[in-house]
Amino acid sequence: MKKVITGNQAVAYGVILSRVEVVSAYPITPQTTIVEELSELIANGRLNTRFLKVESEHSAMAALIGASTVGVRCFTATSSHGLAYMHEMLHWASGARLPIVMVNVNRAIGPPWNIWSDQSDSLSQRDTGWIQLYCENNQEVLDTILQAYRIAEIVRLPVMVVLDAFVLSHTSEPVDIPSMEEVDRFLPPFCPSYPFEPEEPKAYSVITTPEYFFEFRYKIQKAMEEVSEVSRKVEDEFYVHFKRRYGAIERYGGEKADLLLLTSGTVTSTSRLVVKKLIEQGINVAGVKIKRFRPFPAKEISEAIKGAEKLAVIDRNLSPGVGGIFAQELRAALYPGEEKPVIFGFISGLGGRDITPELIEEAIHYALSHSQPEEEILWLGLKK
Amino acid sequence: MIEIRFHGRGGQGAQVASKVLAVAFFHEGYFVQSFPAFGVERRGAPVMAFLRIDREPIHLRVNIYEPDHLVVLDPTLIGAVDLTSGLKPNGWILINSYQPPEAFRGLKGFRIATVDATSIAIRHGLGSRTNPIVNTAILGAFSKITGLVGMDSITLAIREEVPGKKDENVRAAREAYNEVTAEFHSER
Repeated sequence: MKKVITGNQAVAYGVILSRVEVVSAYPITPQTTIVEELSELIANGRLNTRFLKVESEHSAMAALIGASTVGVRCFTATSSHGLAYMHEMLHWASGARLPIVMVNVNRAIGPPWNIWSDQSDSLSQRDTGWIQLYCENNQEVLDTILQAYRIAEIVRLPVMVVLDAFVLSHTSEPVDIPSMEEVDRFLPPFCPSYPFEPEEPKAYSVITTPEYFFEFRYKIQKAMEEVSEVSRKVEDEFYVHFKRRYGAIERYGGEKADLLLLTSGTVTSTSRLVVKKLIEQGINVAGVKIKRFRPFPAKEISEAIKGAEKLAVIDRNLSPGVGGIFAQELRAALYPGEEKPVIFGFISGLGGRDITPELIEEAIHYALSHSQPEEEILWLGLKK
Repeated sequence: MIEIRFHGRGGQGAQVASKVLAVAFFHEGYFVQSFPAFGVERRGAPVMAFLRIDREPIHLRVNIYEPDHLVVLDPTLIGAVDLTSGLKPNGWILINSYQPPEAFRGLKGFRIATVDATSIAIRHGLGSRTNPIVNTAILGAFSKITGLVGMDSITLAIREEVPGKKDENVRAAREAYNEVTAEFHSER
């Protein structure tokens, strides 16, 4: 059934269709309408899910860690400061190997206070052991939640599904909402590897000496290394049921382009128009959408960029003192390989400033007309 | 692609108007994208909402800077905000006002239409006398003057999207459809 819904409603549909049993969350703009929708359905008895009210995001994640440990599928959503406040528990969720799925609606972190789109919140959690998936439209948001539970429950790592504040969260567009029966055929009930039985009390995550701790971390890394293959299989199955696929990355535009534009989130959507227009003008350019940030799809990107001389990366985030985070990850990923394209690292749209087609075009023209970037960080749309 | 900008005051339902119109176009086979101005507006403060419609999937994900048409829920916004900013020449400006379109001759170079959506809303018990909800009535007028979307689709969208008083909202939209008056201002 196709319906005109917001990104946040698409999240709520994804959660309902995944038969999530426990939701715990604390409100924060622009995420709030997700849990508003879910809590209303639960209060009206239309959703057989337990909603745990908590006093903070830290407690929301702590509650899910309890729920997931005893073996139920669970969900939370947050943004910005809420995600930052959860930080300690994010490590706990991945360290305890819990397949929790969370939505983060990308929002800048203050001060100065700002509620608009900016990836600095989720990207500053990159070392917490969570898989991170960035979405381009509301359909992808819903589909990614369904896939996220499958992936999380196979590799036993938590997944963060990320969407841009307002540009998706509060924007309504047509979304094909699958039926419960269709989703049931794709997403089986969660079967925990170590179910908790009240008759058999156990203690989890107790103190672990240097003799054992090291191997626990090694296993998380090994699980991360499985994500590419597992995601591919999950998406193959998803395609059979729903005829849609996204990939860890997606290359679009010219076949043998010298210049590639790399983007994530909704910037990709606008970039598709710009790349199409420039190709029509005879400019040899292509785009690469990066959907999965963790684990970083180094192999997939190396494959996709073969033959390109230049990469223009647009980051809607800033790691002060370094630059754009996607650009940095890309440099690290490509360093061991043979392909060494020149990387142009653009920063744009911080705190929700529009990344317009004109700015994207400006970035492409800059990269075309320079053999090397004049500066490490190229500021796109900065007021001077 | 057609881009429409809604002007209202916080609490008047500009966002819902944009969403209902989006659903109406969706029922006629269009791709749609409806969103509020992403701000921190308060009740009574000037607000905006946006709508894009196209026969192709909509990839553009930025604000609307050069709308084709305007829908103005509150006539006191004229002069208070830069209403016609970026509006394309000969675009429609549909205003909720008891005055005839000639009263807005100052808005040169555009097509002006007015409908007394406030009185219509009050007659149908939508909102209160001091805070009438005019967002559904004005969509009936939009259907009539632009001819872009049928009244049947508007009716269906209202029934789907408006939470209460569905019959009254539909009747208000129909009444506005019949009552709207339009005038073409060709001089610039």
